[in-house]
Amino acid sequence: MKVVLRNLTKKFPSRDKKNKADVIAVNNFDFEIPDGKLIGLLGPSGCGKSTTLNLISGLEKPTAGQVFFGEDDVTGLPPEHRGIGLVFQNYALYPHLTVRQNILFPLENLKGKDKLSKAEMLEKAMEAAKLVQIDELMERKPGELSGGQQQRVAIARALVKRPRVLLLDEPLSNLDARLRLQTREEIKRIQKETGITTIFVTHDQEEAMSISDMIVVMKDGMVQQIGRPQEVYDSPANLFVAKFLGTPPVNVFQGQIKGGTLYLDIDPVLELSGASDGPVYAGVRPEGFLLRKDGALGCELSGVEVMGRDISVVASNKASMMPAIRAIIGAENLAEISADAVQVRFDLKPNKVFLFRPETEERILFEAVK
Amino acid sequence: MQKNIQTEKQSRSTETPLSPNTSRKAGFFRCFSRCKGWLYLLPAMLFLGFFMVYPLIDVFVYSFEEGYNSASQTYFGTGTYNYSYVLHDPYFLQALKNTFLLVIITVPLSTGIALLISIGLNSIKPLRNFLQTVYFLPYVTNTLAVGLVFMILFKKTAYSDGLVNLLIQWFGGKSVDFISGPYWAKMFVLCLYTIWVVMPFKILILTSALASVNQDYYKAARVDGTSKFRTFMRITLPMISPMIFYLVITGFIGAFKAYSDAVALFGTDLNAAGMNTIVGYVYDMLYGDSGGYPSYASAAAILLFAIVLTITCINLLISRKNVHY
Repeated sequence: MKVVLRNLTKKFPSRDKKNKADVIAVNNFDFEIPDGKLIGLLGPSGCGKSTTLNLISGLEKPTAGQVFFGEDDVTGLPPEHRGIGLVFQNYALYPHLTVRQNILFPLENLKGKDKLSKAEMLEKAMEAAKLVQIDELMERKPGELSGGQQQRVAIARALVKRPRVLLLDEPLSNLDARLRLQTREEIKRIQKETGITTIFVTHDQEEAMSISDMIVVMKDGMVQQIGRPQEVYDSPANLFVAKFLGTPPVNVFQGQIKGGTLYLDIDPVLELSGASDGPVYAGVRPEGFLLRKDGALGCELSGVEVMGRDISVVASNKASMMPAIRAIIGAENLAEISADAVQVRFDLKPNKVFLFRPETEERILFEAVK
Repeated sequence: MQKNIQTEKQSRSTETPLSPNTSRKAGFFRCFSRCKGWLYLLPAMLFLGFFMVYPLIDVFVYSFEEGYNSASQTYFGTGTYNYSYVLHDPYFLQALKNTFLLVIITVPLSTGIALLISIGLNSIKPLRNFLQTVYFLPYVTNTLAVGLVFMILFKKTAYSDGLVNLLIQWFGGKSVDFISGPYWAKMFVLCLYTIWVVMPFKILILTSALASVNQDYYKAARVDGTSKFRTFMRITLPMISPMIFYLVITGFIGAFKAYSDAVALFGTDLNAAGMNTIVGYVYDMLYGDSGGYPSYASAAAILLFAIVLTITCINLLISRKNVHY
């Protein structure tokens, strides 16, 4: 079931006596989600991703715009008629019912021609439980389950009615780090097995990039970029997207393009064409640094962090807009940095360098000349 | 590694050993910190002991001492005569009947109506604060003052039929004397009065209980397409069941101890009005003519205690299955 959002906008009236302007939580969201895909809504706190999810689910009414499930306009429909499954951030499992009763709850609400017999309901509940691998714990109450198990029960309850769309609100934020890795693979597996269009909301870029088929990056209610995770990582549309994705974060420099060459501080680091002269912001991914004795960019060495497979070189540069520059280089290069080195020099990989207009922070495309 | 162990041993031997005085003090402090909890409880335990446990045991003993004379502090003998007297006393049986009726009518009704009002208050936005204040007002009133007003409303005197009777006549019925008339009328007024007085507190408790239910459960139920009725029965009620249970238990206990409500409506001579309660009977027995009959009062009091204990135990047994914490 594809989900289409057309010019979706949500404004909240301001309660602030001084600032009468409405709070625009979601601003003109226009996107078509293909059928059977896992979509991640990614953004910092307060960017409007949970509000967007609420608009898709029907718990909130949009100020403007429409929501379509397939060809049906569901904008005016309440959530119970849209055919959605919703997993809340804190699971919202009914604490006084057992796992089995929790999963049966949505089925017991079906009326009329959809009404199922007791046996059919139990069978469907068992199916859903087996899908999330919780079938051994059917008689327990939510208070007797671990966080990960509660999560799976919540997913089973959302899936038991075979919804058209599955919505997850920050599904992994209440879990510990180890469980997060496990559970996000579970979500991916369940989505692949059932083939249900799934939209989930998260602020963790690693999580979104690892399992989504497509990610939507949001900021202050506006969509910043939509695309496949690798695309968005390799080709960010603006400075915000470049800074938001990737750990360690992209290193941002203040630079100048003069006569076809990018200068960071006084070092000419890159020959390029297709970009006009002027000041720019330059973002360099940590893996875009090549350690060279005669490298183009010179930095003051602050330290070296050994991470086993790679080493993280921490340096500083006058042109850098962040307190420290982090470069990830292979561990085999450790020997090249002598113990008492003060300066390090890098060459930059052109495909890991992004240029942005200082005024708009939009990306400037260029061609590297080598 | 070896170096570290050696230096540790050295430092321990150079420490000053515990002198005899410090070890005694240490022992005292250790005992003190263990007994601290008990010391904190001591004042309350003494108070409860003197004013609750001791009198309870005393009354129990009194109830078995026949013909106790408080003036001479002597009694005839020990036995269960007091109990058999009380259980055959028509005044006690009338009081027992009145009290039971009061309990059975007022506790379910007041809790049920309070629940409905709380749900109503929770679902409206405008005027909510105003209505909450209005519904809470009876709590701050004085029992006797309210009784006086009820008397004016319901009593049929030589001068007027009372406001309620005027209303009944307006609808074409016959006027009834609710205060000095037939038994069912008096019971009706007493129940109405009791419900009116106990409801505000129940509304307060239930309103806050309803507000404390996590809204996410309602959202989840809404997404699952649950009807309003089903949401109430399967989610709201179980979530607030601890509060309801609290109100039912305290409601039962309070209703069994009713006395001042009856006096406010019918005056101090409740036996003449036929509206005595068990507590009223105990009071009459203690302070009646010729120094009272403390033995009978004690027996009646112990009987009341036994009834309330039984009802409370039944409530607790029911709650184990139905109350979800």
